[in-house]
Amino acid sequence: MEPVTRLSGLALAFPFGNVDTDQIVPARFLYRRRREGFADTLFHDLRADPAGEPLADFPLNRPEAEAATILVALDNFGCGSSREHAVWALVDAGFRCVIAVSFGDIFRNNAIENGLLPVALPAEAVGRILELLQGAPGQSLHVDLPEQYVRLPDGSRFAFEIDPAAKENLLLGRGRIAATLTLSCEIDRFEQAYRKQVPWSQ
Amino acid sequence: MAGERETQTKGGARARGRTLIDKIWDAHEITRLPSGQSLLFVDRHFIHDGTSQAFEKLDIEGHGVRSPERTIGTADHYVPTRGGLAALGDPARADMVLRLERDADRFGITRFGYGDARQGIVHVVGPELGLTLPGFVLVCGDSHTSTHGALGAFAFGVGASEVAHVLATQTLWQARPGSMRIMLSGRLGAGVTAKDLILHIIARIGAGGATGHVIEYAGPAIEALSMEGRLTVCNMSIEAGARAGLIAPDETTFRYLEGRPYAPTDALWERALESWRGLRSDEEAVFDREVAVDAAAVAPTVTWGTSPEEAVPVTAAVPDPTGEPDAERRRRMQQALAYMDLQPGTPMARIQVDRVFIGSCTNGRIEDLRAAAGLLRGRRTLVPTMVVPGSRSVKDAAEAEGLDRVFIAAGAEWREPGCSMCVAMNGVDLVAPGERCASTSNRNFPGRQGRGARTHLMSPAMAAAAAVTGHIADARGLAPAAGDGV
Repeated sequence: MEPVTRLSGLALAFPFGNVDTDQIVPARFLYRRRREGFADTLFHDLRADPAGEPLADFPLNRPEAEAATILVALDNFGCGSSREHAVWALVDAGFRCVIAVSFGDIFRNNAIENGLLPVALPAEAVGRILELLQGAPGQSLHVDLPEQYVRLPDGSRFAFEIDPAAKENLLLGRGRIAATLTLSCEIDRFEQAYRKQVPWSQ
Repeated sequence: MAGERETQTKGGARARGRTLIDKIWDAHEITRLPSGQSLLFVDRHFIHDGTSQAFEKLDIEGHGVRSPERTIGTADHYVPTRGGLAALGDPARADMVLRLERDADRFGITRFGYGDARQGIVHVVGPELGLTLPGFVLVCGDSHTSTHGALGAFAFGVGASEVAHVLATQTLWQARPGSMRIMLSGRLGAGVTAKDLILHIIARIGAGGATGHVIEYAGPAIEALSMEGRLTVCNMSIEAGARAGLIAPDETTFRYLEGRPYAPTDALWERALESWRGLRSDEEAVFDREVAVDAAAVAPTVTWGTSPEEAVPVTAAVPDPTGEPDAERRRRMQQALAYMDLQPGTPMARIQVDRVFIGSCTNGRIEDLRAAAGLLRGRRTLVPTMVVPGSRSVKDAAEAEGLDRVFIAAGAEWREPGCSMCVAMNGVDLVAPGERCASTSNRNFPGRQGRGARTHLMSPAMAAAAAVTGHIADARGLAPAAGDGV
């Protein structure tokens, strides 16, 4: 997993709310192995008609989408199913960051586990970024994780909040299992005491 | 809405009294980082036939399974609901079912594979076997894990990476969620069910209305609900964005659990009961958010759009976007209506359906099947209707009561247990493009039940009413038909 620090990248307007993970990756693609990749499944049923003909007005079919690394959406992005495939599809398609008004809790956790930076900004800020991108597509944003801000081409900045532990994991580009296993003795001690208190938990 | 109010209270008053989620959290906290994240011990971990990528991750990173005895597997997402694994017609999907067995077996994890008498949808199987217990921290790689909160467990869905973390360490890092209490006063009216209640709540607070929060449902309307009704309510907490749903355990909970195969027995049962009776929010506990809902004002509720929040009483009409002042909301309504192929102002009860699905982790339990059978008894379905029990044990119980004969006599299909047409993952239980389905499942997202499928969420009785009339119908208006002997 690649560390996330500062990203300057082409941003794609995706002006929709309540984007659920069934839209991001339809259920029929979920049985693939991780290494097989999910880029081609990203928004599969929204990108093309059932005959496979791309729908020209869908954001991911725009000319600037190919090089985009930042997706900008509205509220409750990634709600619904816990499928991590939604994050894998975005990552495999080259996205490093999603800016949205809010995120589904499970999606946000999944994103952090895979080096996809979830940036939540107030509705007004997202509205302004979307206006900018829709007015002149193909613009870049600068997302600074250490300093926690998004900078627009005109120099204006929006600060964002992020869980400090999530931030650290993104900056280091590490999964958490190995780190947690260094606490094995503490976990064992906890479980021993817990079993005495709650012996029906086994 | 009349009789409903919402107040915001400031957090930080926890010192004076603890909420139920605080109590469970504190009992499971192994350590806390200065940043605020806690390492929680996990009592119970459910896996299913969509968990293979987590095992792949374990293999790649070279980890084992720390506590196989705390892990239980059941096949549900990919299983066929008739004809055996070969009926899937797709070796890759059949292999998902078999991979669960292979992964579980190599790590010594108990699993209920395809054909096992205990097999079924993970959120039906956990409670009915007594594997889900009050006060537990319980996780599963499935968003509807919120279901188990009905027994007073802190239960939530996670992705594949966190599943791997739990397999390897039996713990999970979590930021403390906000607390939200939904106080349900009054009683549900005759013919109004737990499904109507939760659809009403989601329509009220929104699909992102509880994001970052654990919802505790409380009040007389919740206390009056059966355990199965409570499971339905907690199941759909995730559709309001909640981290989890939670109901304090009470006599209904204890009666439900006593004697279940994995529930404690004898002296251990008595000791557990004593502990579980303390699992309730303190009187003086302060919630971050409070919502009040009058259960008596809830009508049978049906979705019209493509988000579970887009729901109205069955007596209402399809909403008109032109009456919506907010431009973004108006655009979303128009988009949903276009996908659903509905005209504003059409009475909900005049919408024709093409098929009916009764089942899922939301409404695939015995009480759900009884409710559906109550309406189907002595009637004929006018559209293809599929009834899928939530587990083998639900199937056996239904057959012992003769419900299968009621369904078959009505012209419905009686299937084998699994997630089936709720998630459309097994590749054969699908709603065809453009078809409109009255469904007891939990998500009406575009394409959820199959590409181009149009879903209306409703209760089992309402789905049965749609099956026998061919359109969305108020189940309360259908008197029981004359019995035909079954």
